[in-house]
Amino acid sequence: MRYAMAVDIRKCVGCSDCVVACQTENNVPHGFCREWVVETMNGTYPQLEIEIRSERCNHCINAPCVRCCPTGASHFAEGGIVLVEHNKCIGCGACMASCPYDARYPHPDGYVDKCTFCIHRIKSGLAPACAAVCPTKCIYFGDMEDPNSNISVVLKKRKSKTLIPEAGTKPQLYFLI
Amino acid sequence: MTSRRDFIRISLMGAGVLAIGKGTFGAAKLLSSPDEAKKLKVDLKRTPTYCEVCFWKCAGWVYKTSEGKIWKIIGNDEDQHCNGRFCPRGTGGVGMYYDEDRLKVPMIRVEERGKQVFREASWDEALEYVAGKMKDISSKYGPESMALFTHGSGSAYFTNLLKAYGSSNIAEPSYAQCRGPRDEAFLATFGEEVYSPEVTDIRDTKCLVLIGSHIGENMHNGQIQEMSDAIDKGVTIITVDPRFSTAAGKSKYWLPIKPSTDIALLLAWIHEIIYNDYYDKKYVEKYCNGFDKLKEHVKDFTPEWAYGITTIAPDKIRKTAKEMANASPAVIIHPGRHVTWYGDDTQRLRAIAILNALLGSWGRRGGFYRPAKYDIPSAKIPKYPEPKKSWTDAFPGKFPIASSPVSNALIDASIPDNKPGLLIKGWIINGTNLISSIPDQAKTKKAIQDLDLIVTVDTMPMEITGWADVVLPECTYLERYDMLRISPHRKPAIALRMPAAEPKNNTRSGYNIARGLAVKLGLESYFPFEKKEELLDWQLKQVGSSLEEMQHIGVKTKDREADDLYFAENENVAFSTDSGKIELYSKYFEDAGYDPLPKYVAHEEPPEGFYRLIYGRTPMHTFGRTSNNPNLTDLMHENSVWINPKISKMWGLVNGQYIWLKNQDGIISDFKIKVRVTERIRWDSIYMVHGFGHGQKQLKRCFGRGASDTQLITKVLTDPLMGGTGMRSNFVTFVTEKSEKEVAS
Amino acid sequence: MEEEIFVSGRMNQLIDPQLNIWHWQIPLYLFLGGMAAGILCIAALYYIRGREKDYSTAVRITPFIAPVLLVFGLIALFIDLRHKLFFWQLYINIRLQSPMSWGAWVLMVITPVSFIWCALHIRDIFPRWDWKYKWLYDIESFFNKYKKVLAWIMLIYGIVLGIYTGILLSAFNARPLWNTSILGPLFLSSGLSAGAAATLILSKNIAERKQFARIDLVLIGIELFLIIHMFMGFLASTQVQIESAKLFLGGPYTMSFWIFVVILGMLIPALLEFMELGKFHVPAIVPAVLVIFGSIMLRFIIVYAGQVSRWLY
Repeated sequence: MRYAMAVDIRKCVGCSDCVVACQTENNVPHGFCREWVVETMNGTYPQLEIEIRSERCNHCINAPCVRCCPTGASHFAEGGIVLVEHNKCIGCGACMASCPYDARYPHPDGYVDKCTFCIHRIKSGLAPACAAVCPTKCIYFGDMEDPNSNISVVLKKRKSKTLIPEAGTKPQLYFLI
Repeated sequence: MTSRRDFIRISLMGAGVLAIGKGTFGAAKLLSSPDEAKKLKVDLKRTPTYCEVCFWKCAGWVYKTSEGKIWKIIGNDEDQHCNGRFCPRGTGGVGMYYDEDRLKVPMIRVEERGKQVFREASWDEALEYVAGKMKDISSKYGPESMALFTHGSGSAYFTNLLKAYGSSNIAEPSYAQCRGPRDEAFLATFGEEVYSPEVTDIRDTKCLVLIGSHIGENMHNGQIQEMSDAIDKGVTIITVDPRFSTAAGKSKYWLPIKPSTDIALLLAWIHEIIYNDYYDKKYVEKYCNGFDKLKEHVKDFTPEWAYGITTIAPDKIRKTAKEMANASPAVIIHPGRHVTWYGDDTQRLRAIAILNALLGSWGRRGGFYRPAKYDIPSAKIPKYPEPKKSWTDAFPGKFPIASSPVSNALIDASIPDNKPGLLIKGWIINGTNLISSIPDQAKTKKAIQDLDLIVTVDTMPMEITGWADVVLPECTYLERYDMLRISPHRKPAIALRMPAAEPKNNTRSGYNIARGLAVKLGLESYFPFEKKEELLDWQLKQVGSSLEEMQHIGVKTKDREADDLYFAENENVAFSTDSGKIELYSKYFEDAGYDPLPKYVAHEEPPEGFYRLIYGRTPMHTFGRTSNNPNLTDLMHENSVWINPKISKMWGLVNGQYIWLKNQDGIISDFKIKVRVTERIRWDSIYMVHGFGHGQKQLKRCFGRGASDTQLITKVLTDPLMGGTGMRSNFVTFVTEKSEKEVAS
Repeated sequence: MEEEIFVSGRMNQLIDPQLNIWHWQIPLYLFLGGMAAGILCIAALYYIRGREKDYSTAVRITPFIAPVLLVFGLIALFIDLRHKLFFWQLYINIRLQSPMSWGAWVLMVITPVSFIWCALHIRDIFPRWDWKYKWLYDIESFFNKYKKVLAWIMLIYGIVLGIYTGILLSAFNARPLWNTSILGPLFLSSGLSAGAAATLILSKNIAERKQFARIDLVLIGIELFLIIHMFMGFLASTQVQIESAKLFLGGPYTMSFWIFVVILGMLIPALLEFMELGKFHVPAIVPAVLVIFGSIMLRFIIVYAGQVSRWLY
């Protein structure tokens, strides 16, 4: 089982619903976010191009955060989801420094926190909060090893890219272009 | 969850959601122990509601933690408005409940208006004060001198109250400040308005033309969802916008039009559609009147003519016209929503309506569908008294086409110097921040000075509450029952709103407040049900449901009575116009003394050193009402002013710099606004999101953040047909240092 | 024009607009650990080579500073932790791929070893020292018997301590400035240099001082070589690394790096020590203090500048 997520940037409008839904679902403290939306724009008026992406932790296969964690608090859970065990985390910050996507943040309670692919929802058969709320339905989530899951189907149909693949982390968040 | 000790016991008449022990489904009972819940067979974990943050009214579930605290809001899968997915404001609705800056207790003014010195009062005293003043106005000037400005769910109750009292001056700013011209134009053309939510069949359309609609930045939930579905199906989107909007980023064609020239483009399209025989001949022949006059009228409005005015190349105008024709009838020239721009907006929307009619999209799949709604009986109440005067008597002959009272006309009628035929002496303002929604703030503030009474009903201490005589704090939608939502849609549906928590502090629901006032005024018979939920149960039982059922399912949809979502082939449709047909040529307008066919009129251009102020929305906020919401300020806590790099270079402005804006009448924004240097905006305009620049210190999160566009909109181009306030003819320049004198003023 | 913005207002404290999770505690620890490592390595090395008599200060006296440095270093590390109550988790897990884990365990070994080494030489400072308990005397004679083994342990762990501080940073390839394997040897030489400088200050033996001045000179040469190659590597590498190198070549850290670390911390002490060797008398304390200062500044600047460099946004 290998969980992954794909965001269709053709449809994402940058409403940031994913960010708010994640915040209420996971009680993310105010002032912090587990996901975010980036807009990149190129060109000169009126020849312009815009790309809007909903981003979060990439749950990399070759996660540097798991590798650098001195206590094993950052670990791989089922499906390759990268999780932080709060009571093993000492708050040293190694994982935050090692993430090229800057996807982690220091929770006010002391441990380090980040997107969990809503593993508590996946266990009940629900999609992660962001995928479930997105009004444009541009967030796909599922098991890459299942050829019939909607993410496998959409990745076969469409061209996709990941962010800074040259960082060597093998990210599992795809952007459908 | 607040303890019961925290609310002041409300007197019998205002029981509302605090009913304890009465009936199985009083809100208080719902939040008691799990054991009791099992007995009640009500799911403690989630309660149904429909969102109040914007007008879309998506139905959803409020989930609570095991301690009974409001946790999150999720969409109801059965709801046609949202299909189980709430927008960011709806999802962030929990913030409205938890916002500690909320109004907490009724307040009565003790110093002059605007000074914001209040004393706390009990509900009884506050309602008595208001009722007393209303009785004074009634005896001195007549009940017709009271006006209501309203928006949202509470409108029904306060409208009922005011009508019972004897006034019909009930204005929704969403009419004259927003959708009014569109509704009138479509009423005049098709005999029907576009409704809210709009009856656009986006999910099945093949060509979506957005002229003045920034879907994706406006968060019309259903429309964004359907546009996404349409993109999957390969829709062609054509966006006409001087700014590279999000929708423009997803469009096949983006027409970067020169601001204020939209009518020229529309006329050129009409010309192309007619003279190239692109129009739906069968449809036009069967359903439309005035085609020949229209054809003659647009004879000279060629793409080349439009090019000179709009700066859009003729071949692009031709190409896009052809795209529309290819897609016909599954094409939508989107009517937009906020269309009050230049004062000739009704005519511009007429052009849009005409274009839709020519392409045969009205009543067809992929165009505009025919909505259906539930028929819910209302409570039996006595007949309303007939008012001797109405708002049209204030300035006879003005705004003849308006089918709803015009808010700015009522404001004008409150100023004695204007010598109105009907002088307004009292305002009740429910759920709308007039200071921010009505342009020309100076006039609004002047009008307030001469009133005998101004009452605001609100959840947050918005600017308008600072000017009130009495501030009545309402609880949020998460803490109250409200009327059933029966908005029209593809299938008739009802949605229930029930409280997920008891009203915080000393707030009450709108129904409660309106009924309380009614009782004080001796109009109790117009509010026969003491508690809203009793009325709801009665209404639901009349249509074969019950309050209990709705509490479990949230939304009830039924099939249409007939298979008439679209026009049937060769159906003899009777349009509600004078002629019974679609009026391409509007005799109705002609008879009122206005152009029966739209004409292009040039509008004022920015003077040297000034830039046109264009404003819009952001999907994270709803107008100015969510600016203090903690969940949403996390996303966006201030607006920024978009400036083209050529201009910023000229002025020496850099990205992230804070400046003030000064408009053509010398008004300088109270607060600084952040500069965003971007290519997405034309060099003759600047863009900012509406709803920031709040001046209320009580709004701790948003006070002083960003600048208010309303403050800078002092020139208003009033639409003579229906009173719409055109707001896009204001020009601003940049101020990098505010002198001490200006700061102090 | 290219524009990249956060639409959703992201501003995670300590992460945006740039990483800011490590403050003075970490560079201070890196310096204290590095200097302690240098002192202990030199002490162990000369002991093993049998030069204890020639360099008695280096082998016997200077190591007394090491436990103090290590303890303060450990305190600084502890203060830096954000979830302090769970710090013990470090010591019930060993993760070979995490340099931080090695560091925790290496410190766990070398701190007691340094205390023991000092205990063995305690009579050099306090001639009339009395352990009072027989078992303590037994322990002392035990370690005296195996002093050579102890020295080897100290040498190896000292090298690991000195080098792992650099490897620790270079393991975080998400910070392009640190993503170079040169940081390990650079920090080790810097630590050795600071350790040698400590002896330079404390020693009263002219021959010893001369030797250590020479050692320092060689180490400074190595450091300069490494720094030059580090920059050459960055400038020939990917865009993000070119940009991180630019922080020192015209960016905000230019002045502080070249003046404090290179000129004051390396070139001037080298010049002074050169002059010392050429019989021009300079008080030894001056170059030694400058070297230590340069060592501190190197770590502070690298840690702070590293946090500024990032791949995205």
